[in-house]
Amino acid sequence: MKRNFLKTYGLLSIAGIFSLFFLSSCGSGGGSGSGADSAATGNSDANTLIGAGSSFDNPLFSKMFSQYNQTNGLRINYQSVGSGAGISQLTNKTVDFGASDAVMNGKQDSAMSAPALHIPVTAGAVAISYNLPEIKDTLMLTPGLLADIFLGKITKWNDGKIAAINKGVKLPATDILIAHRSDGSGTTNIFTTYLSKISEDWSTKVGKGSSVNWPTGLGGKGSEGVAGTIKQTPGAIGYIELAYAVQNNMAFAKIQNKAGTFITPTIASVTAAANIQIPADGKVSLTNTDAPDGYPISGFSWVLIYKEQKYGDRSLDKATRLLKLLSWMIHDGQQYSSALTYAPLSPAAVSVGDAILKSATYDGKPILQ
Amino acid sequence: MDSTFNRDLVAPSEVAQGVIQSTQKLKGLQAKKRLNRSFRQIRTENVFKRTLVIMGLIMVILVFGILLTLIVQSIPSIKALGLGYLWGKTWDPVQDIYGAFPFLLGTLITSFLALLISIPFSMGVAIFLGEYYPNGWLSNILKNVVELIAAVPSVIYGFWGLAVLVPIVRSFEPKIGVPPIGVGIFTSSLILAVMIIPYAGSLGRSMIQMVPSPLKEGAYALGATRWEVIRRVILPYTKSGLFAGILLSLGRALGETMAVTMVIGNTSIIPKNIFAPGNTMASVIANEFTEADKSVYLSALIELGLVLFLVTLVINLIGKRVISRFTNE
Repeated sequence: MKRNFLKTYGLLSIAGIFSLFFLSSCGSGGGSGSGADSAATGNSDANTLIGAGSSFDNPLFSKMFSQYNQTNGLRINYQSVGSGAGISQLTNKTVDFGASDAVMNGKQDSAMSAPALHIPVTAGAVAISYNLPEIKDTLMLTPGLLADIFLGKITKWNDGKIAAINKGVKLPATDILIAHRSDGSGTTNIFTTYLSKISEDWSTKVGKGSSVNWPTGLGGKGSEGVAGTIKQTPGAIGYIELAYAVQNNMAFAKIQNKAGTFITPTIASVTAAANIQIPADGKVSLTNTDAPDGYPISGFSWVLIYKEQKYGDRSLDKATRLLKLLSWMIHDGQQYSSALTYAPLSPAAVSVGDAILKSATYDGKPILQ
Repeated sequence: MDSTFNRDLVAPSEVAQGVIQSTQKLKGLQAKKRLNRSFRQIRTENVFKRTLVIMGLIMVILVFGILLTLIVQSIPSIKALGLGYLWGKTWDPVQDIYGAFPFLLGTLITSFLALLISIPFSMGVAIFLGEYYPNGWLSNILKNVVELIAAVPSVIYGFWGLAVLVPIVRSFEPKIGVPPIGVGIFTSSLILAVMIIPYAGSLGRSMIQMVPSPLKEGAYALGATRWEVIRRVILPYTKSGLFAGILLSLGRALGETMAVTMVIGNTSIIPKNIFAPGNTMASVIANEFTEADKSVYLSALIELGLVLFLVTLVINLIGKRVISRFTNE
């Protein structure tokens, strides 16, 4: 008797648990909707700005934003999701600003409902790192050599063409192994843009983009994946974000720039690369720079915002806070760059950035005076 | 109460008569109560049944929803690329040429090679734990370790593969006449093999333990050795279960992403041998999804997901057929 009683209640309670689970799953379904709502309201909370994009910018942005929060009390929530994802989030208007290592392409541009501004915020470089334990001197490479190596035309380290540039260096007879990024990345974009500029062959066979069809070599996921392949394999060569290469004490080559000088990638030579005539819209690729002491595989990273800041239910106050933040980033914020191996903006880039920020409007009226 | 009643039935008949008398007395008393309770029971029964049906339906809707999403989202790519997508050999996001063949091949080779490598281990573990040493400290340790293998996150396998397995493979590759790269299809298959052992192993163990002892004892009584019992009694009795376990581990291998990405070399060139670098569908999706900046590109990646879904489905259906044939015999 008693046991039957228990059985009934046991069954009931099991059913109860199940239905509770079901209800709660329903509830959480609704809850996630309301969660999105609350994120949206968080978005309209005047004291919080949301940004998304480039993972390259993330360490610098974290530092800048925490400093800015201490002095101005503004909270900035930056999601390091990758440049492409940052652009699409800005397109969907789920963030206040995007960040990208590449200028938006035509399709991304046309997907946006309103014109967006590109504000150069920092500059980075791509280092060519290699693993040749026998060699003590720094390897020197010309643009042509670099393209031939990555196209798979030069396959041995002791190839006559490499030896001709690196006189007096005893090059081993090892095979060259190419290491490249397997994930879509702004680093790949800068590097392939450079190769497309300096090599006709590369431009027609491979082209430029955040992911390309590599003619040869191994793909590693992220900077750490490429660095791992290079470190482990004697004879490997690959391209890595400069900051990552410096922090991990990796050997990197001097690259000949347009003026004919062999340049070591450093913060100074990257800043120098950006000291050129910058167009008024800030959309310029620094690769193969004209600057005589500039490192040729450099690139800007941009913050993207809508030119017209009155959209959705945005207040003037919020737009002003955003513009003030960006203005601080290209001026005072630059002091945090060098310590994190980012190249500070050149004076030319800062003045262009200022002009672009002043062109942003709220309801047709300029926000910054 | 039921159990006492049953025990009484086994007792001599006069006791049974007494019981019948007493139940007749009780019947009148219980009639009313019984009616109430059965109403409640029916209600409970209905609620429970309905809950189960809803739960089941949600699962079905979920799977079809995922399939539908994949199909809808890959329509732009299907329109642009057609069926050639499946056997196209070039994957070039710059020129919008997308061919899934190298990745399809990579997924199938790594998964089946991993399965081949893992079967001796998983079956060995299953037979050892199921038949030879079902109890004892050694089997306890082994059982827990095998279960732990399934619990370790795949990124850890990837890391271990990159740090330990890749240099080992690289050091013996020159001896068999292939370039010493280290990463590639073979290394990823090794990692996958380790990862999928517990699935076939655990299921196989419980299957083998479920073989009725009279069958085994009969064979032993006829003078069979342990090997003969395993060969002639246990394996034939459990083969559909063992196969189901192997199928489960194959499904795991097909979809594994992180560990494979870290050691496969990620190149979209068709692999020439099993030591060459390659790529799998899951790893391409993981690698390129975040930066897919064109709609056709994004759609081609989602179509890759659809193909992976269908490949898994087809392999599962074939497996179901094989299992049902085994059981019918």
